[in-house]
Amino acid sequence: MKTFQIVLRTLVQKPWLMLCAGIVISVVLLALIGPHLTGYNYAAISDTSLQSPSFAHWFGTDLNGRDLLTRTLYGARMSLLVAALGTFVSLTVGVSYGMISGYMGGRVDSIMMRLVEILYSLPSLILVIILVATLEKPVTAALQHLWLGSIPPRLVLLVVFLGLTEWLTMARIIRGQTLVLKEQAFIQASAALGQAHGRLLFRHLLPNLSGIILVYLTLTIPAIMIDEAFLSFLGLGVQPPQASWGTLIADGAGAINPIQLYWWLLLFPGGMMTMTLLALNFLGDGLRDTLDPRGKK
Amino acid sequence: MTTLILRRLILAIPTLFIVVSLTFLLMRWAPGNPFSNERKIPPEILAELEKQYDLNGTVTSQYLRYMGKLVHGDLSISTQYRNRTVNDILAQALPVSVLLGGLAYLLALMIGIPLGAYAAVRQDQKADRLAMLAALLGLSVPSFVLAPLLVMLFGVKLHWLPVAGWGSPDQIILPVFCLAIPFAAAIARLTRGSLLDVLNLDFIRTARAKGLPEEEVLYRHALKIAILPLISYSGPALAGILTGSLVIETLFDIPGIGRFFINSVLNRDPMMSAGVILVFSAFLLFMNLVSDVLISLLDRRVKIE
Repeated sequence: MKTFQIVLRTLVQKPWLMLCAGIVISVVLLALIGPHLTGYNYAAISDTSLQSPSFAHWFGTDLNGRDLLTRTLYGARMSLLVAALGTFVSLTVGVSYGMISGYMGGRVDSIMMRLVEILYSLPSLILVIILVATLEKPVTAALQHLWLGSIPPRLVLLVVFLGLTEWLTMARIIRGQTLVLKEQAFIQASAALGQAHGRLLFRHLLPNLSGIILVYLTLTIPAIMIDEAFLSFLGLGVQPPQASWGTLIADGAGAINPIQLYWWLLLFPGGMMTMTLLALNFLGDGLRDTLDPRGKK
Repeated sequence: MTTLILRRLILAIPTLFIVVSLTFLLMRWAPGNPFSNERKIPPEILAELEKQYDLNGTVTSQYLRYMGKLVHGDLSISTQYRNRTVNDILAQALPVSVLLGGLAYLLALMIGIPLGAYAAVRQDQKADRLAMLAALLGLSVPSFVLAPLLVMLFGVKLHWLPVAGWGSPDQIILPVFCLAIPFAAAIARLTRGSLLDVLNLDFIRTARAKGLPEEEVLYRHALKIAILPLISYSGPALAGILTGSLVIETLFDIPGIGRFFINSVLNRDPMMSAGVILVFSAFLLFMNLVSDVLISLLDRRVKIE
């Protein structure tokens, strides 16, 4: 059965998963159109600073009097964008690396997997901190050189390096599956018929990996989302006036003081992020139960 | 076994070399210098400072001198905390971070294993579903959301616990708890899955068949095997705790390595950054080796070539 049909059937059979899929789709839609519907600009400063939630400002306002609802939805856009593009990077690297390693087998496989092992035992996010902090100027220059100066350099750095930290699990899983699949009759048969390696990999192997790719895709998105927020929290993510959930949460945490509680600054962006992460993790787990051939845990 | 350990140790040296070199060179090649963050300083003074911190000449020569000192165990002087060597700072900050991370890992095990076992024994019952929902929630709430929320609640609102700081026992509770939660959740899920696998094995059936009470089957036989995957998980878990401690130490103003590291990167302190990266990477490589050796000693099914 096609992967798509299995996914649909799983969603219909498990209303919980349907709800999670609904939440994810709503957040994506809100991120896309939401900032235009609130009637405020995400960067517009006003005199009404640090107002608690009201009818005019549903999520209240921040230190600079900016509408927090608009900023949270705009932040969602940034967080989702980094997560989606970063996942694409991680997917491309992980799937091709895993497929090549499993398909080649032997010495190549053992060397490639040893490299994954080493990378697994390094503090990858900490290295990303160094890379993002030091490579900002060169990337800015490179972007301007390519007439892409309007793209924030931090965005490019986050997408590339976060994508490059989260591909290891994907590569391992794909390699394992490739090892199993390549021994099966249909692959052996096409190899015997003299199919080129490339065609064999893309036309025969890849479609049979789509289920498992989808599962780990769903689980990589929240992982990169947390990573991005982590870096933004430490001041190494997107820069003001732009916002992501991470920078908003950092602002909320920074506003903690013993006199006055600005709880909305933290609760709304943090809550929205947690809800999205929970829905995505739930969805990934549920899909793994049905699509991962290694069986249900 | 000996070849495994030897090969890993030999492989660790080039890995550490690459990581430290990359950090030092990136920090020096990147625009901006560690001595003039905000205000401009006269070129003569800058030159004098660079000479004093052994950062004069070409980047390549600085790098070679740094590596020369490094092989003798000298991590040079921090440019940001003037007059203090990186060795000195690490010696002071390391115990703090080890205590924070160690306690968090211990707490994660103490919450995770019982929760996972409890859920596994009641597989597909309401209690299981609830425990696993809690675990998934624990995995989904980032520590940088959980920690400030708990600070607001218990620190600012209720005045039960201090908002920040380090030293007294009550200052340890919140940071350790916030650091531990995601890993407790992951350990609970791992324990549950592994215990369910073990409970289906033949020797458990035999144990039940010879009439052992269920508790004994569970605690004396099943759980002992079921926690083996946790040893393999300890590598990634420690890496995660290390990374998580950056946020927790910043948030709670804890004088551990994580906070020094973040400051050193933001202030372009090449010595401090490279030194911390070296310690972090060496620690994780070593812990991964230990866990691989442990698992091959304890689990007869695992064969390491």
